[in-house]
Amino acid sequence: MMEDVAVRVQAPPASAEGQLDDVKIDIRGLDFFYGRGQALYDVTMPVPAGGVTAIIGPSGCGKSTLLRTINRIFELYPEQRAKGEIMIDGRNVLARNFSLTELRRRVGMVFQKPTPFSSSIRNNVGFALGHFESLSKSEMDDRIEAALRQAALWDEVKDILNASALSLSGGQQQRLCIARTIAVRPEVILLDEPTSALDPIATAKIEELIGEMRGQFTIVIVTHNMQQAARVSQRTAFFHLGNLIEFGPTSQIFTNPREERTQDYITGRFG
Amino acid sequence: MDWVILKRRIVDTFALVFAGLATAFGLFWLVWILWTTVSMGAAALTPALVTQMTPPPGAEGGLLNAFYGSAVMILLAVAIGTPIGIAAGTYVAEHGRHTRLAAVVRFINDILLSAPSIVIGLFVYELVVVTTGHFSGYAGALALAMIITPIVLRTSDEALRLVPNTMREAGFALGLPGWKVTGRIIYKAALSGIITGVLLGVARISGETAPLLFTALNNQFWSADLNAPLANVPVVIFQYAMSPYESWQQLAWAGALVLTAFVLALNLFVRLIARKGTK
Repeated sequence: MMEDVAVRVQAPPASAEGQLDDVKIDIRGLDFFYGRGQALYDVTMPVPAGGVTAIIGPSGCGKSTLLRTINRIFELYPEQRAKGEIMIDGRNVLARNFSLTELRRRVGMVFQKPTPFSSSIRNNVGFALGHFESLSKSEMDDRIEAALRQAALWDEVKDILNASALSLSGGQQQRLCIARTIAVRPEVILLDEPTSALDPIATAKIEELIGEMRGQFTIVIVTHNMQQAARVSQRTAFFHLGNLIEFGPTSQIFTNPREERTQDYITGRFG
Repeated sequence: MDWVILKRRIVDTFALVFAGLATAFGLFWLVWILWTTVSMGAAALTPALVTQMTPPPGAEGGLLNAFYGSAVMILLAVAIGTPIGIAAGTYVAEHGRHTRLAAVVRFINDILLSAPSIVIGLFVYELVVVTTGHFSGYAGALALAMIITPIVLRTSDEALRLVPNTMREAGFALGLPGWKVTGRIIYKAALSGIITGVLLGVARISGETAPLLFTALNNQFWSADLNAPLANVPVVIFQYAMSPYESWQQLAWAGALVLTAFVLALNLFVRLIARKGTK
C-alpha cells in the first residue's frame, strides 16, 4: 500500500498552480463505475484545506458521483465501484481497511433534499452525537444548542426542540441537516446541491451559512447554479462527461478559463 | 353535436354505469352478510355471552371460554410471528436487499402467504398433535403463528422498502453503524406500515377456522391449559352453526357478530394509523 502511495505522488495539475495551500483531500487517478458504465475517468484533484471548493458541470458529468466517493456512501450499492485513491490527511480512505465510521464521522454530508429523521428536532441533532460521544445531559444540550446556533436555526427552534423535525419548513429542515452534520465536528463537509430544493430566501440563508462555516471546515459543494459557485467558493472544478476539465481559483474559472469547454459552459452554451 | 364528442359521452356514460353496477353488486353481498350477522347475532348479545361457558345442547350459556382461548392463541401467535416476521422482513428489505438469499426468501414467503390455511393446519397436526398425541392450544397458536409470520414479513418488507434511500444514506453519512440506522431511523420511518401489517395479520388469523380444527380443536369447558384442547371462537361458530340446536345456533351468530365487529374495528384502526403515518 505505502509503496503504491509513494509511486503515485505527483505534482498538482497545471490548472491548480500557484497558491495551493495545504491539501486536505487529495484525489488521485479516480475512476468510478456504475455496473459497467464508467462515470469518472482518472480524476486527479487536490482539494485545499479550509475554504469552499465548488464542483460544477452539466447533469450527468459525475460531480455528485465524486462527492459520494469521498465519504464512500456509494458502497451502499454493490454495483458501484471506485478505483484510485482519495487521500485525506495522507491516508487513503478508499482502502478496504479504512474504517467507514471514522471516515464518515470526519467527512459529513448534506444531501439535495432535506432528510430529517422522523423524530424530534433535538433527537435529529443529538442522535449521531450520542452515538460517538458519551455526554452528560447538559453537555448534550450545549452541543445541540451550539450546532443549531451555528446552523442559524437556534432562534427559530429553541422553544420547539421536542417538536417533530418533519414539521419544519424545507429550508429549516435543510439547516437542521447541516446542524446534525456539524454537531459531530467533522473536518470536511460535503454538500450535494444543498439548495436545489429550496426557495431563494432559504437558499440565501444556506449560502450565508456556508460562508460562515468555511473557516472551520473544508467544504466541497456540488451545485447546478453557477452564480452560487461564484458566490460561495474560492476554488471551482469543472467536470464534463466524467472528466475533470479544469480546476482553479473560482475567480479565474469564471473570468478567464483556460479550456474552451469551461468557457462554453459558464457562458451557457451547453449544459 | 360533433360525432366524436357524442361517442365519448356514450362510452363515458356506459363505463360509469357499468362501474357503478359492479360496485353495487359487490356491496350488495357484503351488506347482506353484515346485515344478517347483525340481525341474527344481536339477539344473543347478552352479558351471559362473556360471563358463561359454552353450554350443552338446550342450556343457556355464553362463549367466555372460546373468547379466552382465541385471545390467548392469537396473542401467542403474534408473540411468535411478529419478531420473526419483522426480523426476516428487515433482512429482506435492508441488510440482504441485494443478495440472492433475500430474493429466495421473498419468493418462498409469497408461496407461504398464499398457502391454504388447512394445509398449514395439517402440517402442524402432523408436527405437534401426532407427536404429542393430543390436540392443544400450543399447536393452535403455532398454526396461527405460521399464518401471521408471512403476512408480517411481507408488510414489513414493503413498509421498509417505502422508506426512501436518501434516509438510509443520511443515516450512514453520519457514520452510524447499520444496525443503528435500521433500528433507530428506518424503523421509525416505517413504523406505521409495520404496525399495520401486524394488525392486518391479527385480523386475518382471528377468523381462521381450518388450522384450529386440526390443532386446538375445541373444549366445551373452561380451560386455561395451553397443553390441552382449547376452545376458540371460529371452531365454536363452526360446530354450533352446524348443530340442530337453536340455542347453539344463536351463540354461533353472536360469535360471528363479535368476530366481524372485531375485524372491522381492527381495520378502522389500521386506517387511522396509516393516515397518521402519511402526515
